[in-house]
Formats: sequence, C-alpha cells, structure tokens
Amino acid sequence: MPDTPRDAFATGAARAAGERRRRRTTPLVGAPPVPVVPGPLIGAAAPSAAQEPPTPGMPSGTGPASGTGPASGTGPASGSGPASATGADPTAEGAANAHTGRRRVPSRHRPVPRPTPVPTTETAVDVRPATRPAVRRLRAVPSPAQGSTTAENVSTTPSAGDELTARVAQARRDGATRALEGASAADHSGGAQQARGADWAGTAYRPQVVRDGEGPAISESLLAAALTQQELTPDIEDVIAAVIGVLRTLAAASGLGPDEVEAQVARTLAFLRRRLTGDYQVDEFGFDQDYTENFYLPVLRPLYKQWFRVEVRGVENIPAVGAGLIVANHSGTIALDAHMVQVAVHDAEARGRFLRLLGADLVFQTPLIGPLARKQGATLAANADAERLLSSGQLVGVFPEGFKGVGKPFSERYKLQRFGRGGFVSAAIRTGTPIIPCSIVGAEETYPLIGNAKMLARLFGAPYFPITPTWPWLGLLGLVPLPSKWIIEFGEPIPTAHYGSAGADDPMLVFDITDQVRETIQQTLYSLLMLRRSVFS
Amino acid sequence: MADVVLITGVSRHLGGRFAQALSADASIERIIGVDVVPPPHSIGRAEFVRADIRNPMIGRIIGQAKVDTVVHMNVLATPTSAGGRVSQKEINVIGTMQLLAACQKATSVRRLIVKSTAAVYGSSPRDPAMFTEETGPKTMPTSGFGKDSVEVEAYVRGFSRRRPDAEITMLRFANVMGPRIKTALTDYFSLPVLPVPLGFDARLQFVHEQDVTAALLLAVSGPPVQIVNIAGDGVLTVSQAAAMVGRPTVGVPFAISMLGAIIRRAGLADFSSDQLSFLSYGRGLDTTRMRTVMKFEPRWDTRAAFRDFAEHAPPIVPGADTAIDLLGQGAGGMMRLAGAGVGLASRLREVVR
Repeated sequence: MPDTPRDAFATGAARAAGERRRRRTTPLVGAPPVPVVPGPLIGAAAPSAAQEPPTPGMPSGTGPASGTGPASGTGPASGSGPASATGADPTAEGAANAHTGRRRVPSRHRPVPRPTPVPTTETAVDVRPATRPAVRRLRAVPSPAQGSTTAENVSTTPSAGDELTARVAQARRDGATRALEGASAADHSGGAQQARGADWAGTAYRPQVVRDGEGPAISESLLAAALTQQELTPDIEDVIAAVIGVLRTLAAASGLGPDEVEAQVARTLAFLRRRLTGDYQVDEFGFDQDYTENFYLPVLRPLYKQWFRVEVRGVENIPAVGAGLIVANHSGTIALDAHMVQVAVHDAEARGRFLRLLGADLVFQTPLIGPLARKQGATLAANADAERLLSSGQLVGVFPEGFKGVGKPFSERYKLQRFGRGGFVSAAIRTGTPIIPCSIVGAEETYPLIGNAKMLARLFGAPYFPITPTWPWLGLLGLVPLPSKWIIEFGEPIPTAHYGSAGADDPMLVFDITDQVRETIQQTLYSLLMLRRSVFS
Repeated sequence: MADVVLITGVSRHLGGRFAQALSADASIERIIGVDVVPPPHSIGRAEFVRADIRNPMIGRIIGQAKVDTVVHMNVLATPTSAGGRVSQKEINVIGTMQLLAACQKATSVRRLIVKSTAAVYGSSPRDPAMFTEETGPKTMPTSGFGKDSVEVEAYVRGFSRRRPDAEITMLRFANVMGPRIKTALTDYFSLPVLPVPLGFDARLQFVHEQDVTAALLLAVSGPPVQIVNIAGDGVLTVSQAAAMVGRPTVGVPFAISMLGAIIRRAGLADFSSDQLSFLSYGRGLDTTRMRTVMKFEPRWDTRAAFRDFAEHAPPIVPGADTAIDLLGQGAGGMMRLAGAGVGLASRLREVVR
C-alpha cells in the first residue's frame, strides 16, 4: 500500500506502463487487440485466413473481438497477451493491410511458422490472472461507453485503416490532454488523500469511480488511451509520467514541503496543458501573464534569492494601484538588472504587480530574445507604447541609460551615463504619472566588463561585444554571473500630475525633472555602496 | 442615405457576402455588382454587371445608373487569385485609378467606401505595439498587397482632395479570418506543419469575415468616418494560433526571404516578404476610433474569429502530429516508422504464404 499520493500515482503509472510495454512486445500493430478465444478456433482461423483473400479473413479476426469484448467480461486488451496474439494477429493485420490496397510484394523470407503451440483456453486463463491481475481487472470491466467504442473500433478497423489512424491519434490527443487535466485536478483538490486511499490495483478502482469525479479522470484516460492506443503510437502517458517524476524531483530538491510539491506539480501540469492547447491570453503588447507567473518568475527566483541575495528597500514607494514609472540605472553587461527588478516589483509585499519594461528596438529585432521580452511584458521604448501602458494604469520600468549603461567598462561602475533625451519624463508628465527612482547596486559586478571587442561587435551588429574575466575564455561557463550582493532601493515618487499635460512640451521642465531623477539615483547609489560591506556579502 | 450602391469585386467571397447582406436593406433602391467574372455564389438582389474596373466603361455604368455610393472591394490580396503579380498590381492600382477617375467625373457619387487593409502599416521591430490611424509605418510595405494598398490609399486621398463634397470611409481591416474565406493566412494555417521564422512569435490580430460585412454595412448606412481600423479585440501569437489549429511549428532560421521563396515556389501558400515580416514581428491595431467615431462593435474578438476558422480548418494529414503531441513527438515518429515496418513485414509474410 503506497504511503504518499506520489507513490500511488507512480505505481499506477508504472503498472500501466508495464502493461503497455508487455503489449508492445507482441508483433501486432495497426489492428485492435484480439480477445482470448478458445484455442482451436484461433488455431484454425489464423492460418487459413492468412492464405485466403482478405475479405473472408475479416470475420475470423474481428468477430470474436466484438462478440466477447464487452459481453463476456474478457476485455479486448487482455487478449493481446503473447499467447493468443501470435496466432490471431497476422489475420487482422493482413486483413487491414490488404484492404488498404497496397501492392503485394513477394518476400524473400518465407515466415517461419511460430513454434508457439496453439494456446488452449486453460493456459490463457490460468496464466494471466496470476501474472497481471490488476491490469486485467482494470480492463475487464469497461464502462458501456468504452465497450461500445472498442467494438466500433474493431469493426471499422479492416474497412478503414486511415480512419482508425486518425481516430487513434485523436483519442491519444484527448487522452493526453485529459491525463494532464486529471493529474492536475487530482493533485489540486484533496488529491493526496484520494490517491492514497485509492487502490489502483483491482476492485477498489470501481468504487472510486462512484465516490469521486476527479480521480477517475486519470484512470479513465489511461484506460481509454490504452484501449484505443495501439502499439504504433507513442506512450504519451509514459512521457507525461516521466515529466511528472522530473517535476516532483525538482520541486522536492528546491526544498518544498510534500504538499507544496504536489501543488507545484499540479500547477506546472496545468501550465503545460495550457501551453499545448494555446489556452492562454496575451495582451496587446504580447505580455503573457500565464508564462510570466508560472515560468519566467519562478525560474528567476533562485537567482534572485539564493545567488544574488537581493535586498529590497523602499517597497512602500511602489504604487499599490495605478500607474507608476520606475526609472532605474542600467548595468552589468547583460541586462540582468531588468529581470531582477521585475522579480522585486512582483514580489514586493506580495502585491503581484507586473513591471512592464521598455526596451530598445534592438531587443525586439533579435530572434528568441525579442519574443521572450514581449512575453515578459516588455515593449518598445517609444512614447506611444509608454503612454499607452501608463494611461492603462500599469507599472512601467525604464532604463534611460540604455546600452550606454550596460556596456560601460568596469572602471566606470556606478557612474550614471547620459539619460537619453528624457522621453520617459515627457511620457510621465503627459499621463500625470509619478516617477519612482530606482537604484540598483550589485549588477555591475556580475560580469565585470574589462574589454570590448569592437570588431566582433560590428560583425554581430551589436552595440558592444563584452570581454569579462571569464567570458569568452571559459566558454559557456563564462556566462555564470559572479554572485555579487544586490541591493535595490525604490526612492520617493516624484509627482508629475501638477504640471499638466502641456508640461510635456516644455523642454526645460523635462530636462529639469530628468536631472532631478538622475541625481537622486546617483546619490542613492553612492549611499547604498557605503552600506554594502563587500561586493559579495 | 444610399439609393444606388455599386460594389466592385462582387464575385469574390467578401464582395458576394456583402452584396447579400446589403440586399436585406430595403431602403436601398438598387445594388449593382461589378466584376470581371460572374459570381460563383448568390449576390442577393444585386444586379451583376460584367465589367473591368480597369476599363473606362465603369464610368458609363456609374453615370447611367446614377450610382451614389461606391464600395470598392476589388483590391486583391493574393497574386494567385488575380493570375499573377503583374495582373494583381494592375487590377489593384490601375483599377482603383480608373474607378476613382470615374467617380470624380460622376456628379451622382456622394460617398466612397474603400476596403483597405492594416498591411499599409507594415511590420517591423521598431513599430509601436498598436497602430492608431495616425501612425505612419516605420518601414513602408515594399511588395505585394501592402504596397498596392498604400498606393490605393494615396489615390483615395487624392480623390478626396479633388472631390471635397464626397464622403470618404476607408476601413483598414486586420487579417480576415473565418471558416469560408481563403487568404494567404488561412492557407498558411492550413499547412500540415507551419514553418515559422525561428526565434520570432508575432502578435496577430484578426477580424471575422462576418464582421467585415457588418462594418461595411455600417459604412454604407452610417455617417462617413474617414479612416478607421477594424479588428477584433485581443491578440494571438503565431505559436498560440498554431496550437489552436493543432499544427506543429518548425522554426526556420535566419533566411526569412528564402523561406518565403520556398513556400511560394512549392505552391503551398502565397507569401510575400511583407507577410513574412508580419509573421516575425506582427502588428496590432488600435480600435479606439472604431468604437468612438464609427460606433462599430465587432461580434467576434480575435480569438473567437480564429477559433471559428480553426474548427473548420481542413484536417491535418495523417502523418503530421498535432501540437499537443509535441511531448511525445520524437518518440512518436520513431514508433510509427517501426510500426509501418512491422506492418509491411507481416503483409509480405501473408503475401508469400
């Protein structure tokens, strides 16, 4: 009896996988499983059918399946054991293939008749309950609906091979989706107890169907998928089971409690399903909240918490509701600071607000990086987009230094570069949004930029090509950032609403506020550096 | 209020639909549909006149029938439907010139409605996320439909300058989606495997074909609104759309123009370089003017319009896997090969015996 739900599920999945593996060893492909029939019948039918034209062969292969399947309680799948399948399979296969009308090619290898003796009813019945009682029972009592599906499948097999393939593919898809759904649903709500209590082997399975509507989703999908899924299709449940196993290991390794592990696994499965079906929303800027919440931020958090040990100050200055323009210094060769600020803002006092960054057009024309940036909520640093975001009440983040900031040499660390043309200030004034200066300490030391290969940069069309103590000398290892200690401080908001939207057209005012923001950040940087005991602690 | 409406491009899908819908409006006295080929579908009570808008004869039709509202829907999006790019360009540009010249001459014409496209905005990484009607394109469309449409719009502007008394409504539609319409994009999403520019995931916006008809009806009956974007709410990314339609995507690296050339040459779909940059960077339309000025509310948002298409999309060829199967795709392919091999072997065995 399994102790934890995880074990219960794993044993269930393993058992199903074992059954599939066993069935896969049988030579039959493409045709539905043939049930156990009395030995002499098969023995007589198989060879004759193989020699006869396909049409007479059909009934012998398929007749027993539809007849005995649901009625006698011998599940169609149970017949696919090695003993009976060897005799019957070529029949059905031959019938199905012959019907597709492909050219018959004489083979050089005359098949050697199988030495396996024609199975008798006794052996077939005797052996199977002993070896695999659970699975046999699982399939032995299909619901009426499933029974009819099977019968239908069997009857259509010889007549429409293509149709079957399509149906199998469909069923497999459905099965996979439902398996994910079921797994996540079961894991979510009381799935722990239920799975623990559920005896996946044998009779306890059926009462469970009645007791709860959630658990059976897994087993039903496994059952349905196993029934319709032929050996020529991949075992998608196996793959999913493997994925679940990996997820559990990962979640457990990250130090979560057992309940949290299950919840996290369930969330991840639900997330995967949404990804595969396209069932998520993307806003007009391309921001994918589902991805950001369930993949992007969780992936960054270990870096944020354990690696950089980010200390956040002044969270109260981030507006809890409404628009705000966060202006920060930019540094660190590759823009890790942008990601860390996103985590900081999202996790600040558990408000879960998303920071919508403004990026250079170079970001959006770069393959892979461009769409990822959009998914995380970034959009083009242009007044149109900034004002659209601010007027819809979003928190917008901007790094006015741009590439000048990230690509500056290590010797100039924590010296703010020119703040662009102050476009962010005019956007803030036009929308009456407060500006929140943000100072980031620690990013400069992640990749100390000691050189810039200008030739290579020009070759790649990049603004700079960084050379750090580790990159490119150590190859990919050089991409590991140094574990500097980070401090992010959000300063007092600078209100802009009182200037009115006409103020945006006053260049003097815009320059003044730009300088004010820049000075605030620079002074805060100096004081934070004094605060930090050393670069790495 | 319109009395006599002339529709160009009535033998094409949207033109026919619009003629049908307009037939229900009893206040319109007469509807004339013009095209070079007879309509393959019902055009309601519209009278079909076989005429080429590239021919000055269109002027005589307008004059004789005393047409007061012209709905220009004959800007072709795909070269295949026109019989080649040269002919497409001629129909689009020269045809519009002739039509507008005729309209300028005919004093009866009071209103011009042009079905334009969002392709005039182009698509580049330097564009804002959403285009308003005032936004100029950062990169002008350089080829095909987009370039033609830019020129068509220029001629329409010229017409409005020379005929200030005429009312102009120019609707810039997002990509039209629906179960029946056939465009370059519906062809694309009907491919068994979708080649996508590697490392890009464009934002797409759609308008349902029924909403196109509804918007044009409103343009005929409502007040003139100048230029208005028409699009369903929300956006879908290419990968999302591919998942919804159940097609796996294959990232094709770098050689974006080469990809288009291959697809075009293989005759799989019509793709110009503009459409490829569209598939890379996407485009969004700001529909504030559609709501506030035109007071048009689309019935289908982008997702619903695409779902309506996806549900009617032709089935995938059996060999291609769906996006859901991506998890087990590699294994699936191997197993299927093995399965085919075993099937062949057993058939051979049977044949020999």
